[in-house]
Amino acid sequence: MSIRVENLIHIYDKGMPTEQLALDNISFTAEDGQMVGIIGHTGSGKSTLLQHLNGLLKPDSGRIVIGGTDITEPGVSMVQIRKKIGLVFQYPEYQLFEETVAKDVAFGPKNLGLSQEEIDERVREAIELVGLDFETIKDRSPFDLSGGQKRRVAIAGVVAMRPEVLILDEPTAGLDPKAHKDVLAMVEEVHRRTGNITILVSHNMADIARLCDKIIVIDSGKLVTTGTPYEVFSKKDELRAVGLELPPVTKFTESLRERGLQLESTILDIDQAADQIAAYLKRKAK
Amino acid sequence: MIRDITIGQYFPGNSVIHRLDPRVKIIATLLFIIEIFIVDNFLGFAVAGLCLGAVIAVSRVPLGYIVRGLKPILIILLFTFALNMFMIDGHILWQWGFLKITAEGLRTAVFMAIRLILLIIGSSMLTLCTRPLSLTDGIERLLSPFKKIGLPAHEIAMMMTIALRFIPTLLEETDKIMKAQQARGADFETGNLIHRAKSLIPILVPLFVSAFRIAQDLAMAMEARCYRGGEHRTRMNEMKFKGRDYAAFALLALFLAVIIVESRIF
Amino acid sequence: MDNIITIENLTFEYTRGEESDPVKAIDNISLEIERGSFTAIIGKNGSGKSTLAKNLNGLLLPTEGAVYVNGYDTRDDDNIWNVRQTAGMVFQNPDNQLVSAIVEDDVAFGPENLGVDPAEIRRRVDKALEDVNMGQYKKKAPHLLSGGQKQRIAIAGVVAMKPKCIIFDEPTAMLDPKGRGEIMSIIDELHKEGITVILITHFMDEAVRADRVIIMNEGRILLDGTPRQVFRQEELIRSANLDVPLMVEMGAKLRERGIDVPADIITEEKMVEFICQYE
Repeated sequence: MSIRVENLIHIYDKGMPTEQLALDNISFTAEDGQMVGIIGHTGSGKSTLLQHLNGLLKPDSGRIVIGGTDITEPGVSMVQIRKKIGLVFQYPEYQLFEETVAKDVAFGPKNLGLSQEEIDERVREAIELVGLDFETIKDRSPFDLSGGQKRRVAIAGVVAMRPEVLILDEPTAGLDPKAHKDVLAMVEEVHRRTGNITILVSHNMADIARLCDKIIVIDSGKLVTTGTPYEVFSKKDELRAVGLELPPVTKFTESLRERGLQLESTILDIDQAADQIAAYLKRKAK
Repeated sequence: MIRDITIGQYFPGNSVIHRLDPRVKIIATLLFIIEIFIVDNFLGFAVAGLCLGAVIAVSRVPLGYIVRGLKPILIILLFTFALNMFMIDGHILWQWGFLKITAEGLRTAVFMAIRLILLIIGSSMLTLCTRPLSLTDGIERLLSPFKKIGLPAHEIAMMMTIALRFIPTLLEETDKIMKAQQARGADFETGNLIHRAKSLIPILVPLFVSAFRIAQDLAMAMEARCYRGGEHRTRMNEMKFKGRDYAAFALLALFLAVIIVESRIF
Repeated sequence: MDNIITIENLTFEYTRGEESDPVKAIDNISLEIERGSFTAIIGKNGSGKSTLAKNLNGLLLPTEGAVYVNGYDTRDDDNIWNVRQTAGMVFQNPDNQLVSAIVEDDVAFGPENLGVDPAEIRRRVDKALEDVNMGQYKKKAPHLLSGGQKQRIAIAGVVAMKPKCIIFDEPTAMLDPKGRGEIMSIIDELHKEGITVILITHFMDEAVRADRVIIMNEGRILLDGTPRQVFRQEELIRSANLDVPLMVEMGAKLRERGIDVPADIITEEKMVEFICQYE
């Protein structure tokens, strides 16, 4: 399985005075088992891109090929696209609607036209995969859960569709530090256990640097740069130009380097940073 | 489609029409609506249309923007047109089976269509050229004499203000929820009526939950900002009739006179 | 010491559903907030921090104990409007706290409720919008603005009421980094102008800017002191399921590696200074 996005162009309000080029010739690829981060400030075109990957929007030109199928072709049914790609929107808990958690999670699989047994199995699997106890939670109302739990249930609703590509738009927005960590750990766990492609959109550069194999940077509908976290966060001036920051640790070590400290460039990990700073200070102390 | 609705929208501007006292505009709109239901000849509609055209020209709201507002009601327009055209008895012009078009029917249909168009454009001009809050202020003040008989004028106006503020927010919310459910494989477009009605539940439940959450948050925010009903309240924009408002009244009277005289003569 | 808010043995209980036993959201807290200070209150969700905030301006009333704002008891019905005018509040969700479909009318809402003279309202609205750098958006509709811009309008709406104290209840939780930055610099600005600021948050880098940090857990005060005093208690903070500022974590990691970093280094600036002292 792989995703290939080729020369994607999308124009809003075509032919109107408000016409706007929302996506400008975007191309990238992602391979099986990869975690891909998309970064860009609000209004950069990220959401438009995500909605294309899920078939909610159709491009004006360009192709999105997923595992050999071009999902922009007119003949491709929505059910086929949804089987391949799951999209978790921002604040997904706002879409919960059923009386019980189990019924809510079953909504997606049901829409795929699966058998009842298959649905039941997937619901159980998905609820456990997002770190909740199936037996205790299945009959509770989703509206009585805590914020972090609601979000897990909402994500389970998409995970239960067993998508080969799972897209998460700001999955930790508005959560407190504990829930933030838990939800990210859960995303990692789902990724590891299913081996899917996970696309993570986030403003939190530390999370992106820690989790992703590959990063895509978007600004005003254009692809600015792409590469490994190390490659992308090495381009600090380029990032600053599009209003993005380095991960806090990297920002810190870079400012030390500017003061003349001999550290490696673009340190992304706090332990690595501590190792090098400690080594430097010990050298100096001698 | 949702974006096309211009009724209730405000088109920012600084024309004379925009600056008129909202009370003048509300009264003028009401009279205009009554007028177009009194008129029943082409000359009368021409006068009404001309006056409306003049108001639009002075307001500098683009005509295209206003016409676009008619799109959502096109179906209603065609439906009433067809209903009138085929259903009214009289001198038969054309017949095919049970379908017939009569001269009277055609005339009523055309008049009804013109009335509806004038009605929609006329009332949307009121909201296009009046800031929503001035509009509710105007309504509150026009209704305030009725407070004595127990009419909650301030409360009505406040409810309208809040509705105007949150309609776009709720539309956005609806759009988000629809997309989220579509991403979970929901299908709103195919199937029979019952199936489609059922498919609305995943949208309506979250939407109601959202609306209640907004209501709760907003009530708390209003209380925190010392809202305690209409008593003791002052207004940033006081309402006083100015020269242009009296001029507008004069023009309105002239328009009324012309229409009345015209309908007597023809 | 001149205190603007005094909390005496405050307990707040609420019941979930009809039959269940009451839950203690706040459990016997006593606190004083000094006039002109900048206090950050931190805690995980459910720690009682938002409930505390709503008790500070009479949106919620104590089950036991009392809260005094500028000397007024919040339980006293006659003074409730004085309390709310003294202690304004900005909420988390930027969308759900704006009343009017026009920015300047929304900012005028508070002063109008207070019965301020129309010409004075006009002056206050213009000034408040300038204070939050939103002057050019006066006539815009809020739903066309970004989250950060909407939150600035909400702040202007409170500023126009001329409060002595503003309580910010997680004002940046729903914003992107740019919006967060804008709001934090406005909060700093207001504090400099002499307004008492109480900031409820769970972002540690925001709390570091305060003169005083209070960490809440399970309805009680876990820690209370200057940021330096509070953030050196790394383990206690983590036990309350909270993060510590990055530089506190860095300091701990360096100490593990045998470097004697003073425990009161909590900002990047001070840490850079410490590391570079051997130049």
